[in-house]
Amino acid sequence: MQFGLSDSQQLLKDNARKFFAAECPMAQVRRLMETDTAYDAALWSKMAEQGFTGIIFPEEYDGAGLGKVELILLMEEMGRALVPGPFFSSVVLAGALLDATGSPEQKKKYLAPVCRGEARSTAAILEAGANWDLASLQISASKGKLTGEKLFVPDAAVADSIIVIARDGVFIVDADAPGIEITPMTGMDFTRKLYAVQFAGTPAEKLGAPSGLAKALDIATAALSAEMVGGMQRTLEITVEYAKTRKQFGKPIGVFQAVQHQCADMYLETESSRSAAYYAGWALEEHAPDAAVAVSIAKMYASDACRTVGNRGIQVHGGMGFTWENDLHLYYRRAKASETMFGDATFHRERIARFTVDSATSSAKSA
Amino acid sequence: MDLNLTKDELQFRDELRAWLAANMPRDWNDWREKPLEESFPYLRAWQRKLQEGRWAAVSWPKEYGGRSATLMEQAIFWEEMARVEAPPMANSLGLGLIGPTIIAYGTEEQKKRYVPKILSAEEIWCQGFSEPNAGSDLASLQTEARLDGDAYIVNGQKVWTSYGWVGDWCELVVRTDPNVPKHKGLTVLLVDMKAHGVDVRPLRQMTGESEFNEIFFRDVRVPAANVLGKVNDGWNVAISTLAHERGAYGARLHLLFKRNIDRLIALAHTIQHNGKPAAQDPLIRQKLAQYYAEIEIMRLNQMRAFSRITATGVPGPEGSILKIFWSELNQRIQQFAQELLGPYGQLLGTDSRAVDHGIWSYGYLRTRGNTIEAGTSEIQRNIIGHFVLGLPRSY
Repeated sequence: MQFGLSDSQQLLKDNARKFFAAECPMAQVRRLMETDTAYDAALWSKMAEQGFTGIIFPEEYDGAGLGKVELILLMEEMGRALVPGPFFSSVVLAGALLDATGSPEQKKKYLAPVCRGEARSTAAILEAGANWDLASLQISASKGKLTGEKLFVPDAAVADSIIVIARDGVFIVDADAPGIEITPMTGMDFTRKLYAVQFAGTPAEKLGAPSGLAKALDIATAALSAEMVGGMQRTLEITVEYAKTRKQFGKPIGVFQAVQHQCADMYLETESSRSAAYYAGWALEEHAPDAAVAVSIAKMYASDACRTVGNRGIQVHGGMGFTWENDLHLYYRRAKASETMFGDATFHRERIARFTVDSATSSAKSA
Repeated sequence: MDLNLTKDELQFRDELRAWLAANMPRDWNDWREKPLEESFPYLRAWQRKLQEGRWAAVSWPKEYGGRSATLMEQAIFWEEMARVEAPPMANSLGLGLIGPTIIAYGTEEQKKRYVPKILSAEEIWCQGFSEPNAGSDLASLQTEARLDGDAYIVNGQKVWTSYGWVGDWCELVVRTDPNVPKHKGLTVLLVDMKAHGVDVRPLRQMTGESEFNEIFFRDVRVPAANVLGKVNDGWNVAISTLAHERGAYGARLHLLFKRNIDRLIALAHTIQHNGKPAAQDPLIRQKLAQYYAEIEIMRLNQMRAFSRITATGVPGPEGSILKIFWSELNQRIQQFAQELLGPYGQLLGTDSRAVDHGIWSYGYLRTRGNTIEAGTSEIQRNIIGHFVLGLPRSY
C-alpha cells in the first residue's frame, strides 16, 4: 500500500506548478479577472500543448489517457495558482460528461476538439430552485427542442457547446443555436464567470449514454475538491510567510501562539482536505465500491475547510488581509463559489447519511 | 499511489488472521470489563500466547524476537487486532515504547538482560517521565540522580505513570547535571521498581479509576550500569521513546471509532426524536455524517503519514496532525453521543437503565483527557507551528 505520489505523478505536479508560475502569475490572474470572460486564448493553447485539455480522456479522442489521480494533482496546482477561465467547466465538467454519456460518434464530434484545445464546452445544471439534487430539475426536451432557463452556468460565454442536464436525459446544444440567450450573472468570484442561459425551442442532441451522468459529476466534484485544496495550500503559504515577516511589539507575529495555532489549524484543515481529495481520485480511478461516498467526504470536508482556512488567513493578516491589494480575498471569493458548486457541506453530509445512516436500518433492528 | 495491499502485506494479514482465528481467546468478554488488577494475569497469558506465534512485537527486529514488520504491516497488525476485539497485551509500554528504546540505545548486556523478559511479559515496564512541575515542559524535570561510587542516588517524584502499580522496571528520566541548560543535564536510568525507597501510589482520575500512578523516589540506589545510552544524553533517549508513542499503534483507532459511530447510527434508529426515529432528524443526520466522514479522513491521514515514513524514513508533516485530529474528533463524537442519548447518557454502568452498560458516560469523561495526554493539543499546535511551518519558537 502506498498513499504517496509515484515519480511520474510527482513530476506532473511539479511541472504543472512551474508552468502556471510562468504562464499565469498573479498579475495575469488579476488582469484576466477584470475581463468579461476571464478567458485567454494564448494561455489556453499553451495548456493544450501541455496535454492538460485532454488529460483524462482516451487517446482515441485525442486525450492524454491519464488517470483521475493525475487530474486531481493538476487541479490542485490550478487551484493554487488560481488559474482563471474555463478549464474546469470545459475540460473537467463538460469533458467528463461527454466521456461518460456520449456515444463514440458524439465523443469524436464534441470531446475530441475539447481535448485538442480547439473547442470549449460547459454544462448547464442548476435551475431557478438552485438545487443540486438532480431529481428537482424541471427542464425537459420536447421533440428534440429545449425550452427553459438554466442558471449559474460557468463560462458559457466562451463555450462552443453547452451540455444540458434535463429531466429526460443529457443533451448537448451548439452555443450559437437558435433560441439561446446567454446573459452574465455577477458572482463574487471574478476568475470563474457565471451565466444565465435561456433556451427557447433550441434544437438539442441527446447524448447516448445518460447512465454515466452520476459518475461524471463525481469526477467533476472530486476535481473541484482538489482545486479547493490548492487554494487552501496557497492561502496557508501566504499566511505563514506573512506571520514570519510582519512585526508587532518588536517581534514577528508568528512567535505568538494565538497566531501559530491559527496557522496550525489551517495546516490541519488543508492536509486533511488533501487526503480526502486524493483518496476520492484514487477510488474513482479504481471504481472502488465507496467511490461516491469518498467524493462526498472530500467535497464536504473541503467546502467547510476552504472557508475556514480563508477566514483564518485573513484574520492573521489583520487589516492587510482586508485590502483589495492583498491576494487573499481572490482565493476567499473562489472558495465561496466552489463551496456551493455541486453542493455545499450540508448537501454532501445528507448524501453521506443516505449512504451510511439509511443503509444501517436493518442492522439497527437486530442491535 | 496504490492503496491496494501488496502481495507481502496480504500474506502478512492472512497469516495473522489465520493465527487469530485459531488462538483468539473465547472468554475475553467475561474479563474485559473487570478492573485491570483482576484481569492482569489474563493479559500476561495472552501476551505470552502472542509471542509463541511471534506476534507480540511485530515491529521489533527479527533477531530480538520480532518480525521486522514494515510500518504498513504494523498498521495492519493493529487493525486486525482491533477487528477481532483482541485483548490488550499486558506489557504494552515495554513492547511499544521501552523495548525499542533499549534495542536502540542499550548495551549488549542490557539488551540480553531486559528484552526477552519484556517479550514474555515476565517483567512489566512503566515510564517515569512527567512530574508535577514538568508536563508539557518535560525538559524542566527535577528528579535528581547523584553519583555515589558505582550507583546513582535518586530523589524526586513522577506522575501520570501508567502501569506503575504493576511495574517491575521503570524507564526513568532524571537530572544528572543541574549546571547545564535543561536539555543537556538529563540521563535515562533503568530502575528496579522493587528497590528500597520506591513508593507507588494510585492517582485517581476524573473517571473514578486509577489508570495512572504517582511514584516517589527517596534515596533510591540505582547501579551506574543501569544508565541507558550516555550520561547527560537522556533527552535524546527520551525523545526516541516518545517518537514511538505516535507510531502505527494509532492504526487501530479508526476501527474503534468506526465501531462507535456504527453503534450510534444503530441507536439513532431506535431513539425517538419528536415522534420519529432520530436517524430521520436532519440535524442528527448531519452530525452522524460529519463524524463518519472525519473518521474516514483520520484513516486517510494516517495512511498518508505511514506512506511518507516508509518512503523517506522520516515522519511526514501529515503525522503531526494525527494526534490533534483523533483526540478532538473523539471528544466531539462522545459529546454527540450524549446529545443523542439525552438524560440516559449520564447513567453509569452500575445503573440498570444505562445504555450499553454505561460506555457512553464513561467515554464522555475519559475522552476529556485525550487532548491532554501524550502531548496537549496546544503543544501539538506549537510543534506544527515551529517544526512544520517554520514559525519562530514561542518559548
